[in-house]
Amino acid sequence: MRAVSTVSSGIACGLIGFLIGAGLTSLLRLAFGEDPWSKELNSTVGFVFGLIGWVMGVGLWSQWGREWFGWSVKPSNHEGWERYFTFNVDHKVIGIQYLVTFVIVFLLAGFAAMMIRAELMDNDARVFSNPTYNTVLGLHGIMMVAVAVAAVIGGLGNYAVPIMIGADDMAFPRLNALSYWLVPPVAFGLLATPFLGGIETGWTAYPPLSVLSDSAQTFWNLSIITFGLSSIFSGLNFVVTIIFLRAPGMTWSRLPVFVWAMFATAFLALMYTQGFATALLMVTLDRVAGTVFFDASRGGDPLLYQHVFWFYSHPAVYIMVVPGFGVALEVIGHFSRKPMFAYRYLVGGFLGIMGLSGIVWAHHMFTSGIPNYMHGPFLVMTEAISVPTGLIFLSALGTIWMGKLVLKTPMLFALAVIFNFANGGVTGIFLADVPTDIHLHDTYFVVAHFHYTIMGGEIFGLFAGIYYWFPKMTGRMYNEMLGKLHFWWMFIGFNVVFFTMHWPGIKGMNRRIPIYQDSLEPVNLFISISAFIFGASFLVFFYNMVYSWIWGPKAADNPWHARTLEWQTSSPPPLHNFPAPPRVTGHPYDYGLPTPAHAVIGVAASPAGGGGGGGGG
Amino acid sequence: MALAAHAQGAEHGSHGLDRLRVNRVGLWLFFFSESVIFGLLLSARFFLEGIEADHLDQLLGLGITVLLLASSITAFTAETAIARGNRSLCNWMLLATIVMGLLFAGGVAFEWSSAEFTKEEAFGTSFFVMTGLHATHVISGVAMLAMAWVMLLRGHFSPKSYWGIEGTVKYWHFVDVVWVFFYPALYLVQGVHS
Repeated sequence: MRAVSTVSSGIACGLIGFLIGAGLTSLLRLAFGEDPWSKELNSTVGFVFGLIGWVMGVGLWSQWGREWFGWSVKPSNHEGWERYFTFNVDHKVIGIQYLVTFVIVFLLAGFAAMMIRAELMDNDARVFSNPTYNTVLGLHGIMMVAVAVAAVIGGLGNYAVPIMIGADDMAFPRLNALSYWLVPPVAFGLLATPFLGGIETGWTAYPPLSVLSDSAQTFWNLSIITFGLSSIFSGLNFVVTIIFLRAPGMTWSRLPVFVWAMFATAFLALMYTQGFATALLMVTLDRVAGTVFFDASRGGDPLLYQHVFWFYSHPAVYIMVVPGFGVALEVIGHFSRKPMFAYRYLVGGFLGIMGLSGIVWAHHMFTSGIPNYMHGPFLVMTEAISVPTGLIFLSALGTIWMGKLVLKTPMLFALAVIFNFANGGVTGIFLADVPTDIHLHDTYFVVAHFHYTIMGGEIFGLFAGIYYWFPKMTGRMYNEMLGKLHFWWMFIGFNVVFFTMHWPGIKGMNRRIPIYQDSLEPVNLFISISAFIFGASFLVFFYNMVYSWIWGPKAADNPWHARTLEWQTSSPPPLHNFPAPPRVTGHPYDYGLPTPAHAVIGVAASPAGGGGGGGGG
Repeated sequence: MALAAHAQGAEHGSHGLDRLRVNRVGLWLFFFSESVIFGLLLSARFFLEGIEADHLDQLLGLGITVLLLASSITAFTAETAIARGNRSLCNWMLLATIVMGLLFAGGVAFEWSSAEFTKEEAFGTSFFVMTGLHATHVISGVAMLAMAWVMLLRGHFSPKSYWGIEGTVKYWHFVDVVWVFFYPALYLVQGVHS
């Protein structure tokens, strides 16, 4: 019942908030002698008030509000399925909330991709009108960006990081719950845009179109700003958690690589997400309040948007891909059964990406009319980022080299990350170089490159992580055969679709326009049919997850014989993760070395008990 | 027991965790993140207009700046007062900070109403958005100071536990520092007048 009351009070308070906001605006406009209803302004203020109402109704009031008044704070711990629908502060619950939400968003956005391919299958037969096509394209883009940003950080990160560092929760558990509960309004807002007028700009929302178009752009902007807020809160939480909540003995040089990746990512999210929020705030103000940031006729400049937007959105690709690398390296480390190769260089690679990512943004603007003197530096900086990325590859390949690979599903996905990203990295060189980029800009070559890096790099990492931690999260084992079927189906389908896509790109097929030259019809038909087959692979995944979660065989506590802390506790872990405080005594990846175990749980165990202890192997 | 501790949320800590340090670093990271949004708006102002500026009431600008800087001193005094257990000084200093914050917001509102330019030109856009976002932070700061003040009156806070006041005052200093960058960028930078 608590679940129903939480969600329904959130919805009720959200609606009341929306009405109050929109009503107040109308009253004020009436008082100043203006037309009481202005679509943009009323819906903006309504959205802000509605959002406040939603988070208040869902749990903010019962936590902070009641505390401020000095009343008793209602406990928010429920057992069973209901805890996933309440304002629960347990990081394990929040991680699963994130994962399930974003797997659903992923499937919806994937469905939008299928709609795009249906449109592109045949040059003459049109499925959608142009505005509808733009909306579908934009929604596919932004929902996948949301999945890429939040599924690994919010889902896997929230679940695994506190356990891996030996903490019993995040540093700010209630802030953590808040950052999840900001997500449903975002999902609702994005999914509502097609019914409120659609968006015409794609996910990048470039002005002047985004300012001038009569569409649901404002509503879309506000949803994304809200999502940014959630992302900043969770980034902040991760940084503080990793700095302060490590178990005794968990020095920085003993940190599992996934935690290092999350640390770098959280910093990026904290630092750059404001850029997207600022850019969209400017668009919103231009639309709602009549400012002229991007109106060139009044002294504004549309290029300003691109600078501010890419100041976030280039680091954003590292917010997406660094945790993907983290999962892949973590899995490779455990499934190669030998010590992690060049661990320190690997960490340096993560931190190097973190440092360089903020000074490469203008490579998205080589054809936008930026001054010539900016071309050279941004070309060099962009190519320089392949050095830290190369360190990550060095570590991955060195760890695989001569290892006794255990080719279970998570490992297959992790190896695919390395393969796919190498492809994406090579095509990236052509996009970073100004002469080739001027030809390739805004073509399907960019689409292919982008999907190789983000989907091939991060989404494969996401699946590696889901399969890897599935037994820990649910206490049940997924079906290995179906997992492998999903992997090969997805891997081959992905490569067929996106490798082929480079070709129409080189031939000049524009990424945003559904009409192309007739000579590209056969290849587009081929890509579309392959894409439908590729898309069907996720049904296997979905079936496997749902079936195994309910009816799967009970999983062992440590089915992978891994050394890290999350495998030394029960599956699923108890409320505060460990039966007794853990103490870290060794490196997490020392497989086959006579060094002490990574960690021992409880004070009774001997300090240096050889390779056995909690989990050698 | 564990359930009860868990319900406390923020209070339930790991093994001997120093809650205050965690809160402080969290707050500083929040400032760090916020400073990016202010920094981008500041950059946008110079990107659009270079060092051109329209006419502004310099005396009013100087006045509200002095007021805001002074309010940081009273806010700091409030924090040190509660740290030493001087509740009545803390009480008055919080009140003084709130009043000065409101006066600052009033000054900005007056400047808005008397400005000789509109939001429909580049400098006006920068001016109104920068001061508007900053004033929003001032008003939210005043609201938080007021909440802390009410809690103080109700008998909360002691020299051992005054994070509510410390955090709010730090936020107030942050808002103040932002203005230290915004004020010269809007009022003092003067290009060649055409």
